[in-house]
Amino acid sequence: MKQYLKQLVPVVLLLMVAAGEAFAESIVIKGSTTVLPIAQVTLEAYMKANPGANISLSGGGSGEGIKALIDNSTDIANSSREIKPKEEDLAKSKGVNPLEIPVAIDAIVPIVNPKNPVKNLSIDQLNQIYQGKIANWKEVGGENLEIVIISRDSSSGTFEAWGEMVMKGAKVSPRAQLQASNGAIVQAVSKNKYALGYIGLGYLDKTVRGLTVNGVEASAKTALSKEYPVSRFLYMYTNGEPKGETAKFIKFVLSPEGQKLVAKEGFVPLSKK
Amino acid sequence: MTSKAREIIIKNLFALLAFISVLLLGLIVLFLFREGLPIFKQISMAQFLFGSAWYPTYDPPEYGIWSLIVGSVIVTVLSCLIAVPFGLLSAIYISEIAPAGIKEILKSVIELLAGLPSVVLGFFGMVILAPWMQETFDLPTGLNIVNASLMLAVMAIPTISSISEDALYAVSRDFKEASYALGATKYETIVKVVIPAALSGISTAVILGMSRAIGETMVVLMVAGGSAAIPRGIFDSVRPMPASIAAEMGEAAFGSGHYHALFATGIVLFIITLAFNLIADHISNRFKEEGSGTL
Repeated sequence: MKQYLKQLVPVVLLLMVAAGEAFAESIVIKGSTTVLPIAQVTLEAYMKANPGANISLSGGGSGEGIKALIDNSTDIANSSREIKPKEEDLAKSKGVNPLEIPVAIDAIVPIVNPKNPVKNLSIDQLNQIYQGKIANWKEVGGENLEIVIISRDSSSGTFEAWGEMVMKGAKVSPRAQLQASNGAIVQAVSKNKYALGYIGLGYLDKTVRGLTVNGVEASAKTALSKEYPVSRFLYMYTNGEPKGETAKFIKFVLSPEGQKLVAKEGFVPLSKK
Repeated sequence: MTSKAREIIIKNLFALLAFISVLLLGLIVLFLFREGLPIFKQISMAQFLFGSAWYPTYDPPEYGIWSLIVGSVIVTVLSCLIAVPFGLLSAIYISEIAPAGIKEILKSVIELLAGLPSVVLGFFGMVILAPWMQETFDLPTGLNIVNASLMLAVMAIPTISSISEDALYAVSRDFKEASYALGATKYETIVKVVIPAALSGISTAVILGMSRAIGETMVVLMVAGGSAAIPRGIFDSVRPMPASIAAEMGEAAFGSGHYHALFATGIVLFIITLAFNLIADHISNRFKEEGSGTL
């Protein structure tokens, strides 16, 4: 028995080395929870096509991702905002050269019931409504009806984006209803003429009406040109030009196939048109 | 194997299985407390229980669950007010009044009701009951306390009905016959003899129904609306505790204050359910002496 074990040792060691080599090209991705679903679906598809690839993905927020990139503890930092000058300086001082790669656009549309006559709201009005300071549709040019505000659960990326671009740090009224998904908000608004909700542009359908914000209609085009105010680019940052497996993965994210997955998650793809 | 040896083996096997379930429960409770208690390093228990602002993802975060507790309690109480009469009266009808044929049909239909997945009920409440309620009563929203209570009542009725029915059925025949012999009518017999004799079982049924309603997650997540604020009336939205846990746990960062606060909310739910069971136990003990040896 012992004899066998002794013979086994080199075999096991050999296997471990071989395994180590197969997984040598591992990628670490960290950062924004908004970009997380994009990274998740694209890396699933990517790993399916490249079974040898080893990618680890975690959230933590844009700031955490960029911090990890500066510390060299991640290959890709997901971020829902541009890198701050301060962070860039810190990176440069540590010999890290952050390269910004836009991967998708996050555009959020306020939606109402098709029966609601209100067509447009300004960012300021949206902000006041969601704080509960404007509580009736007639104050914004609609019927004399209470506004039922519908929000996402506080841990969703859409909630976070809305909080940044519309609420600007102010708290959403506790009276706001909570729905756990974009689809549920569409469902609730489509049945309720009192309701105001917000969803990712990709989830907009015929059962509800998207409002124009500051007079601009939300579309892939206005989001791309940054005309539409409730939209932002989502980025992946790398240290200098990506190389090897990282480059291959980012190329896949930006490919038509990768961008199709981006659209499927409710984001606006970076179309080449 | 002698029959005595078999006895011993079976006895020990049963004991082992029983201890495993106790152990599992113990481990779950231990885990719940281990993950939930750290929140009290950040805020006091009073702030947590009676704070009215639930803003776990803001900076600085606020972890007051008072509005969630109120939401849970109000939805549970209202659903019981609906479910207890339905459950109890249907149990009385099935056990004491209905002819054999109808009895069988009613029993199986109620059992079918118990088998309805909660997500189906939630979907029904969301897509059919909510718009209907909103239009009929001209409300700002159909996703409210009444809707959630109705759906929870539908879930609690089978529990209340079948356990009460068992309790009523177990009332000794002697009691009823004695009552009739004294000249009591059927109604008097049911109200003055059968129900008092079965009261411990009925109380257990009601409390188990309430436990079911307060712990139910899917229905309240889908139809209660989810406002983390103290309701102004029964047509306002609320966010009961289980809905908050279910909606937020998925993305609360592991080990964060938000994560611990959600587990602590779980502890509160656990304590409420435990209290319900203790009350049920107390009631059944109290009424046992007045009833009969068969109960």
